[in-house]
Amino acid sequence: MHLGSLQEVIDQYIHDGQSVALEGFTHLIPFAAGHEILRQKKRDLHLIRMTPDLIYDQLIGAGCARALTFSWGGNPGVGSLHRLRDAVENDWPRPLSIYEHSHAGMAAAYTAGAARLPFGILRGYVGTDLSGVNPQIREVRCPYTNAAIATVPAINPDVTVLHAQAADRQGNILIRGIVGAQKEAALAASTLIVTVEEIVESLAAPMNAIVLPHWVVTAIAEVPTGAYPSYAHGYYARDNAFYLAWDEIARDRERFTEWITRHVLCSRDHAEFLDSLAEAA
Amino acid sequence: MSVQSSSVTTYTPDEMMTIAAARLIRPGCVCFVGIGVPSAAANLARLTHAADMVLIYESGGIGTHPSVLPLSIGDGELAETAIAVVSLPEIFSCWLQAGRIDVGFLGAAQIDRFGNLNTTVIGGYRKPKTRLPGAGGAPEIAHHAKQIFVVLKQSPRSFVAKLDFCTSAGFLNGHGERARRAIPGAGPQVVITDLGVLKPATGSQELTLVARYEDVSVDRIRAATGWPLAVADTIDLVAAPTTDELRILRNLHKRTEIAHAGDARRSRKTSRPSLEQARSTA
Repeated sequence: MHLGSLQEVIDQYIHDGQSVALEGFTHLIPFAAGHEILRQKKRDLHLIRMTPDLIYDQLIGAGCARALTFSWGGNPGVGSLHRLRDAVENDWPRPLSIYEHSHAGMAAAYTAGAARLPFGILRGYVGTDLSGVNPQIREVRCPYTNAAIATVPAINPDVTVLHAQAADRQGNILIRGIVGAQKEAALAASTLIVTVEEIVESLAAPMNAIVLPHWVVTAIAEVPTGAYPSYAHGYYARDNAFYLAWDEIARDRERFTEWITRHVLCSRDHAEFLDSLAEAA
Repeated sequence: MSVQSSSVTTYTPDEMMTIAAARLIRPGCVCFVGIGVPSAAANLARLTHAADMVLIYESGGIGTHPSVLPLSIGDGELAETAIAVVSLPEIFSCWLQAGRIDVGFLGAAQIDRFGNLNTTVIGGYRKPKTRLPGAGGAPEIAHHAKQIFVVLKQSPRSFVAKLDFCTSAGFLNGHGERARRAIPGAGPQVVITDLGVLKPATGSQELTLVARYEDVSVDRIRAATGWPLAVADTIDLVAAPTTDELRILRNLHKRTEIAHAGDARRSRKTSRPSLEQARSTA
């Protein structure tokens, strides 16, 4: 396990053209890592995330992505992701290929990926138009009953990035609260990067809390408030005012570009990003 | 617009819709809900006549008892107040897919006469006029829940003759097609709008107007529907909200507003509790 600065870790492990999953189901979204990807101007990424949220709206609007695999692309509790919409509706700033699933389909795909199975199965998608627009959604016959069942190819990201509450010095990771499909996305990846609120002597984790053991973790960076403006259970709630404000910022290409330049590209790291937001407030 | 009810209280069509939906939830019901009107209606039911209902959110909270409405599906309130918090793959495969949900509560941008739902695009998929958020949990909720309640505002834009995209299957082309395709749940058993209530007809499964609200005429409901609306022989009148229902719903919204205004202030500042403090409070 490599313990480094976020800058080092993103530079060393994320490369142009890779498939990258920044997971966290509306909770523990790795915003700081996403911003560092943006700062380092990574390009041609295939972004994977069940709920793209504001972080992928930013990466897509900044031109980092060539493709997106997702299952629900809204601003949660607020409305649209305007940069995602602009990419899909108008190819701005560049065309974006989309691979669209349902949550259940994507969960099955991550689970298969984590187990290194070729595909996941689920009862679903029957009668919907999703399989018509996503040729990855197919079906097989059950070898025992001959009943049809839907399949999705396993998702195995080149890199998965998570944000977690804590790591210990050995590199074991604790995640608590709403855990989404983080564990599956982590174990499905070739490389796993985790940012954490803090590094502690002992996790003292409840027996069944999600712990990712150190040898599956490629690199860790300590980034306090690294999920801001999303939630980190036990640390901070979502900054809902930011989510509402984003709706306005992201509607307009120029306003978006100015915001990204001022707050993300012109700040050296996450602490400076937070300072620049505080100054603007 | 607000309406004067017999109990001398004014209320909005949105409040009437939420309250009409809440009344349909039976005590003990295991209900899978999303954010928005479904969440408000389900919590209103829990705070009124269905205290023992089991609320499940797709982010993994089973038996949640939020004191305020969640801002988003990732809201910590849903985890803190739950009987159990499980992973997302588990909630979809072992709870929803396994048939353990009585009622799935869905909204949509478009619905057709057979209760099929669109939350994906307006216009063509490759060159959409409006790209909507997409499927989320809806297709499998619509597939597996024993029955579906749909809540949405009624207008010619939302009640359309032909969906631009079918995200979640209702009765497909009706006349038993859903059952023939071996979809396990019974599908949309009721559609609650801001004007009235629709249910599928026996046989054809076409959505049929069965009830209206006070001061809403059947003609107005027909005009808000993008196909020639089937109307039941007898149309029930849905009772106006009681003062208790309105008070509890409004208090819920008020508490929600106050709590979430606090969130933004707390979280913008980076003063954070230690891990030990976090453990003892979370």
